Amino acid sequence: MKLLEVKNLRTYFTISQGTVKAVDDVSFDLDHGEALGIVGESGCGKTTSALSIAKLLPKEGKIVGGEILLEGKDLAKLSDEEIQKHRWNDVSICFQGAMNALNPVMKIGEQIAEAIVLHHKSSEKDAMKKAAELLELVEIPGERINNYPHEFSGGMKQRVMIAMALACDPKIIIGDEPTTALDVMVQAQILNLLERLRTEFDMGFILITHDLSILAETCDKIAVMYAGRIVEKGSSEDIFQRTGHPYTKKLIKCFPDIKGNKRMMEGIPGAPPNMLEIPPGCPFHPRCEYAEEVCRRSMPDAIERDRGHFVACHRWEVMRSER
Amino acid sequence: MSDNIVEVKDLRVHFTLKSSLAQDAAGRRKKTVKAVDGISFEIKQGEILSLVGESGSGKTTTGKAILGLVPFEAEKMLFRGERINLKEKEYKRKFRQSAQMIYQDPYQSLNPRNQVIDIVTEPLVVNKLVESEEERLELGKEALERAGLTPGEDFFFRYPYELSGGQRQRVVIASSMIMGPSFVVADEPVSMLDASIRTGILKLMMDLRRENDLAYLFITHDLSLAWLISDRIAIMYLGKIMEMGDSEIIISSGKHPYTKALTDIMPKPGIKKEGPRKVLQGETPDPTDVIEGCKFCSRCPIKEEICSKEEPPMKEVEPGHFVACHKV
Ligand SMILES: Nc1ncnc2c1ncn2[C@@H]1O[C@H](COP(=O)(O)OP(=O)(O)OP(=O)(O)O)[C@@H](O)[C@H]1O
Ligand SMILES: Nc1ncnc2c1ncn2[C@@H]1O[C@H](COP(=O)(O)OP(=O)(O)OP(=O)(O)O)[C@@H](O)[C@H]1O
Ligand SMILES: [Mg+2]
Ligand SMILES: [Mg+2]
Repeated sequence: MKLLEVKNLRTYFTISQGTVKAVDDVSFDLDHGEALGIVGESGCGKTTSALSIAKLLPKEGKIVGGEILLEGKDLAKLSDEEIQKHRWNDVSICFQGAMNALNPVMKIGEQIAEAIVLHHKSSEKDAMKKAAELLELVEIPGERINNYPHEFSGGMKQRVMIAMALACDPKIIIGDEPTTALDVMVQAQILNLLERLRTEFDMGFILITHDLSILAETCDKIAVMYAGRIVEKGSSEDIFQRTGHPYTKKLIKCFPDIKGNKRMMEGIPGAPPNMLEIPPGCPFHPRCEYAEEVCRRSMPDAIERDRGHFVACHRWEVMRSER
Repeated sequence: MSDNIVEVKDLRVHFTLKSSLAQDAAGRRKKTVKAVDGISFEIKQGEILSLVGESGSGKTTTGKAILGLVPFEAEKMLFRGERINLKEKEYKRKFRQSAQMIYQDPYQSLNPRNQVIDIVTEPLVVNKLVESEEERLELGKEALERAGLTPGEDFFFRYPYELSGGQRQRVVIASSMIMGPSFVVADEPVSMLDASIRTGILKLMMDLRRENDLAYLFITHDLSLAWLISDRIAIMYLGKIMEMGDSEIIISSGKHPYTKALTDIMPKPGIKKEGPRKVLQGETPDPTDVIEGCKFCSRCPIKEEICSKEEPPMKEVEPGHFVACHKV
């Protein structure tokens, strides 16, 4: 059985101007010890996907279809009470800038212990001991449980947040831009740490980012999102070496290729779609150089182009022949 | 005369932190942050020099010092071969026209209550460079369109919140460029933007450089971006330049251990790495710590005894390639 299977997930926001189909027919899976990257431009539905899995959606957001199977059990159908339990025990999220959410007047150890007591119902003394262990786990000396947040650097605070995410032995950790505001060296430290923890505890890891450049070296699998849909998914090699979707191709060219020529990146023409008025047919067609009549009319299905490599594009054969 | 637009020699910016009452009571000394601690470089007309380094290394402070926005000490601080003297009114007025700053955060650098046309033409109005409303609108339209916001008049009466992040940054650029500067400090101008929008802004900056022979001090912590757009790169750590040279050379054959550490962990899109990333051990020292010897010493993988005693001088190892390291 897979650790996580998301099938045809749809999460919509109802706001006064209409319905935002933030996640629309999204499917992916994740095994123990595996790392999945979700990438795409701002507003394409990455965070909403994560919040759906962790059942942390704000009240205007609803899962309107699909299944979220965690070890076979459908989280989309759980009661609020069951969710409360699962939220902390099975799936943890670590957000961008989360470190700024630490309480400035409370000792680091107490804040971690609070999370432990809340979810493990252990005694305060045991919780403090566990807090020190968790700090060591994220490579901060245990005796620093008595420090306050301002005595820590940004990277250390983000590691404290990871320690808190680990407090309830989750099966899956989701990092939503966990390193985006951090320096490259600190980012590398944090990614190393997450990698180590993932292997050590055989956890599933989902890395959400708009920085395609860090995904290849961090993730086994990558899903590329556009306007609430996964337009391509596959192994890191599939995505980078056997790129199947015109959007992915453009996205890759948004990053400088340090191994290649010093050429200005290309960028993507036009703007991401207004999520209240997603264009008919393939949502990417207005910005796509390969678009034809059919693309304006019908939404392409995801086709398994090679083993495990899915592409949702009418023109995928043209794309392939070009390589 | 040389073709340097900016010439900086031994620039220092030190901030004295106000100590809290508690600290006074404990009898502790006032703390000083040596944000910029003796750096030298020059920028040629039409050249792009990137300043790369981690948070707190002194990049923004360096940019601000050149523009006279923070108090500094320097052996030399020249603009077009002349000492920057902002006490002299007429000089200051001219200098403010030719040297501009673009800030990182398009959300903060625009006044939310002003409409686009007022934001963009503000420098003209402040400097009394427009005679009529018509002229103001005409110049505003031109500036917006040069920044890729066409047709310009469509944007005149919008407020910042009605624009996307990329459009906002274009407004910032339009307003910095309206005075026709010859030197721009661009402080992380694209780091808040989606990669897909970045390109447009960078292309715009490059076009403006070509058209107007602009020079940039480009501040970034993204080494691959610095490599892509700049002629030369200077690597900063704790207020010091560790290495400086041609951008290709810094990336492919940097000599300073800090430069090497940075290029080692640089993500290479599409390439799977073997084993964990080679990160530096430890943390950057507190900026108020007094450091003897090399500032990088506490994290350096190849340090020797001398490194913690003597500060290494900047050596020119090849023409135009400078390194400050005892071991090079
Ligand atoms: N609470 C909400 N109410 C209404 N719409 C929302 C809400 N949260 C998100 N959305 C909309 O849903 C879409 C997806 O948002 P989401 O935050 O998942 O994007 P994202 O891919 O995480 O973007 P980013 O990279 O900017 O974080 C967007 O169009 C967004 O405006
Ligand atoms: N006005 C100030 N008063 C006191 N300290 C300051 C002041 N401005 C900057 N500093 C300190 O000087 C050092 C250098 O800051 P600076 O903003 O130049 O760094 P930076 O390289 O631009 O970093 P970042 O990448 O985070 O923008 C930091 O330690 C900072 O805290
Ligand atoms: Mg998000
Ligand atoms: Mg700065």
